[in-house]
Order: sequence, then C-alpha cells, then structure tokens
Amino acid sequence: MNPAKIKFLKKKANQIRKLIIKMLSRAGSGHPGGSLSCAEIITCLYFEVMRHNPKDPNWPERDRFHLSKGHACPAWYSALSLAGYFEEKHLFTLRRLGSILQGHPDRRTPGVEVASGSLGQGLSVALGMSLALRLDKRDSRVYCLMGDGEIQEGNIWEAAMASAHFKVDNLCGIVDYNRFQIDGRIEKIMNIEPLVNKWESFGWHVVQADGHNIEELLEAFGEAKQIKGKPTVIIAHTVKGKGVSFMEHVVDFHGRAPTKEEEKIALKELEDLEGFI
Amino acid sequence: MAELFYARDFYGKTLVELGRKDPNIVVLDADLSGSTRTALFGREFPERFFNMGVAEQNMMATASGLASCGKVVFASTFSMFASARALDQIRNTISYNNFNVKIVASHGGITVGEDGSSHQALEDISFMRVIPNMKVVVPCDAEETREAVISAYKTPGPFYIRVGRAKVPQIEGKKPFVLGQGYILNEGEDLAIISCGFMVYQALRALEILKKQGVNPYVVNIHTIKPIDEKLISELAEKVKGFVVCEEHSIIGGLGSTVAEVVSERKPLLIKRIGIRDSFGQSGTPGELLKFYGLEPENITQACLEILRNA
Repeated sequence: MNPAKIKFLKKKANQIRKLIIKMLSRAGSGHPGGSLSCAEIITCLYFEVMRHNPKDPNWPERDRFHLSKGHACPAWYSALSLAGYFEEKHLFTLRRLGSILQGHPDRRTPGVEVASGSLGQGLSVALGMSLALRLDKRDSRVYCLMGDGEIQEGNIWEAAMASAHFKVDNLCGIVDYNRFQIDGRIEKIMNIEPLVNKWESFGWHVVQADGHNIEELLEAFGEAKQIKGKPTVIIAHTVKGKGVSFMEHVVDFHGRAPTKEEEKIALKELEDLEGFI
Repeated sequence: MAELFYARDFYGKTLVELGRKDPNIVVLDADLSGSTRTALFGREFPERFFNMGVAEQNMMATASGLASCGKVVFASTFSMFASARALDQIRNTISYNNFNVKIVASHGGITVGEDGSSHQALEDISFMRVIPNMKVVVPCDAEETREAVISAYKTPGPFYIRVGRAKVPQIEGKKPFVLGQGYILNEGEDLAIISCGFMVYQALRALEILKKQGVNPYVVNIHTIKPIDEKLISELAEKVKGFVVCEEHSIIGGLGSTVAEVVSERKPLLIKRIGIRDSFGQSGTPGELLKFYGLEPENITQACLEILRNA
C-alpha cells in the first residue's frame, strides 16, 4: 500500500480526533469515547473507500454511509466537514439550538442520509438502502457503522438475518468493538461474544481488523467488496477514547464531554501524536 | 343490506394497479401477506416485494432505508404489529425523516373477533396520531380504502391507514376521498354522529332507528384522523347541541379524543364517545364483541337521546 496515502489517512484521523475534542468541549455534552474509537474507520470510508461527492451530496451514484451508533456523530461531523460538506465553523455549534449539527444525526446536516440515535435500527436502514440500490441496478455500496453495545438490540439481529436472506453483497457492516457501553464493560453488562460466530451463523462474511490500523482497515474494506452473495461485517477491534491517554478504556468518557482543562491536555497529546505520523 | 367486501382485497388490488404504473413502488410485509393482500403485489412484482418474515421492527426500518433512496414504500401487517410493535422505528426512522412510507395495517379494531385481545388493536390510532408528520386514515369501506391508498401514494410523507379484518358493507352516498376532509352523509339537526371506519355503517343504522323516533342527527364520516378536519367539526359544533363520536378503538386517544380536542379549543359542547372504554378485548364473534363493548346502533341512539335530554 502507498505509504504516502497511509500517512495522509493517519493525519486525517488525528485531525478528526482533535475536532471531536474541540467540538465536544465547546458543546459541553456528548460522547467522546465512542467517537474517538471510530476515527480511523470513518477516515478510511470518507477519504479512501467511499465514492461520494461533497459538492453534490445527493449524487445518485454515491455510496451510502449510515451511522447506526448515532451518538458517535462528532466523528462523522468532523469527517463531513473535512471532506467539504460544510464549513468547519458549524462544528462549534454542535448541540446548540438551531444548529445543523444536532446531538444525534439528522437530515438537516449535509451528507446525512437518515437520522439515527435510537439504537439498533441502522442495519435495517442500511439493508433498505442496499435493496433499493440493487433494484435500481446501481453498483453503489452501503456502509453501516454499529456500536458493540448497540448490537444487544434485537432489531440488529432481525436485520442481520434479513440481509443474509436477501444476499445483499453491496452491504458492509462495521462493528466498532471498543468493549465498553455506558454502564461498564460489555462482557460484564451483557456479553456479546462469540461475536464472529454470531455473524457467521447469521450468514455473513466476517473480517476482523485492528480498527486503528489504516492498512488493516483498507484491506478489510477491499475484501468486503470482493465477497459476492452475502453481506460482510468488519469486526473492528478498537479502544474506547483512543488517542487521549486519560480517556482510553475509561467508561466515564462514553457520555461526558471534556472540560476546558481536559481539552487542553487532550489537544496537546494529539498534537504530539501527529508529530510522529 | 348493502353488499359486503373486504377492504384489504381492495388494498391489494389497488397496490397492483399502482405497481403497474409506477416501478418505484416497493412493498414489504411481515409474514401476513396473504391476510393483508400484499401477496397480490408480490405475485405480479416479485422483485419489488420483500417478505421480511416475522420481524416488524426490521420491516419498518428497512422501509425507511428504501425510502431514503427514493422508493415509495408500502409496509403492511396487522394493526397490532404495525403500530405498537415497531413504534420506535416508525417514529425515529420513518416519521422523523418524513419518509415516503405508507403503513397500511389490516385487522384493526375489535371486529378481528376470535383471535382475541392480543390481535385486537384498540390503541393504534392513538399511537400513530401523536407522531409528527404522520397522517392517519381510517376508511369506512372497501371503496374508500382504495381511494385512501391512492391518496397516500400521491401525498409525500408517512401514512398510517387502518383497515379491518371482516367484510364490511359499502356505504351509500360517500363523497370522493379528500385527505383531511370529512363529509356529511346525512344532513340533520340538533346532533351530529361522527364516525370513522366500520362505525360509519353503525351510525347509519342508528340514524334509521332515530328517524323513527323523530330525531334526525347529522351523520358524518371523518376518515382522516390526522390532519383532522377542524373546519367541518367547528361548523357542526355551531349547529348542534352535542356530538356522538364512534370508533372501533379505545375512547382514549382516537377520533373521539381528537374531536374533543378541536371543539374544546373552539366551541365546547357535550360529546359522548362510543368506543372501547379503556379495556382490552377478548375472543368472540365480531357481532358478539360489538354488542359486548357497546358499539351497536342501539348504543349510539342511546347516547344521542341522552344528549338531547341534557341539552
């Protein structure tokens, strides 16, 4: 793989992390942990994998992205802004009255196809998109990012069953497996293992990847494109709060914004990291 | 007696007609396609028909995804499962996005009969009408069902159309279906009987009884619960001493509540509600259940006479 491209994507992911911290600190509420954990996944999609046009968000040939774990929208908003869907200044209106950036994804944001926030429904939405695109004989693909806690919802497994039944090979699910949910460690609150076996037994092709390793993620997305006759899910092993030392693996930062002081430290750490990319 | 038809037969046939004209229509069902009659569409357009199995939540959210790509989606199952079972999906992924999903639910109301309470949706109108963007229609017979389905197809945004299980008589003197506009079936005085769905027929039967007693109420069909016809209801409120509102639904949250909300903000007057009085249903024949729960013409006439006595 092209080293310059990898470096470019790593820098993008780090930029996204800095924006997440800044916007959440200004908003005073929101979900840093699960936003930081999916920065590389969203970066790969928006800056390499997906076919899309920020100047024409409704371009019919575009690939579709749906953020089923809607609370991670700060990561998505940052990517959309960096890609050119809207100006960066909007990021700092997050969660304010009248903002185009709602607390959870909403169609008033350029680039958002379908609202989300109530967990467990996104894979069904993505299935509907996949069926529609197939009916229209388009070769566009659909990407659906799910949370690990989120897949405790029964609706996800209804969608998993149906997606395999309808053989939507234009659908690629991604599970951001950061191993924490609001109340604590997933394995303690409600164990979702054996995860690979679950998806395989539902008829999916499963790829595992280090969700912070750009090369591995790109390979996984490439493999998904090659699989015919069934949907693919990428189990992306990630770290909640990735990139900020005091947020990593800390459940408190699932749903708490950084204070001004924490913002300063976090941004310093991310600046230092960027120096090593 | 008027000729009897299944409203769902007309739904199925109308879907096929629409499907022939518009290749963009997609139909979903949750393993009840024989009962809801979406199977008719499925037979003619197998590539645009998806049986989602016994999974209503997935069906509604999938409908949303299809609609996001420009499809006009009809999603059907029994009213019980088309409303309560998938309420969050309907609120958050269909209505909130204002998507073009038409939920056509069969087996609404108490006349489901022998299947009993678990299958008798008596709260669905209430659930649906509180959701922003959602339009709620309860046609009075098979022909009106056909017109309502066409209207829903032509009107952007989400719909909930409720039809019954049983065959229902054709109502004479109907006016062409206009979304959000009720109409008067009998010009009367002093009183108005306002109904939707099968209860329009019961109201007309009550009218016959009342006429013999020298009472001539207005009989009004309000097929659209949302948007409610405030104009017609307000005009009637100026002319009469009271309303009797009839529906095959809980008296809480349905047409009766909607009418009461309108008049209490404009011109308060006495309202008697005919419906299920805050209880669950049970097994029985439709006829037995209508009698047991007080949805017979005699119950309507009694309510009318009470209003006249108190006025």
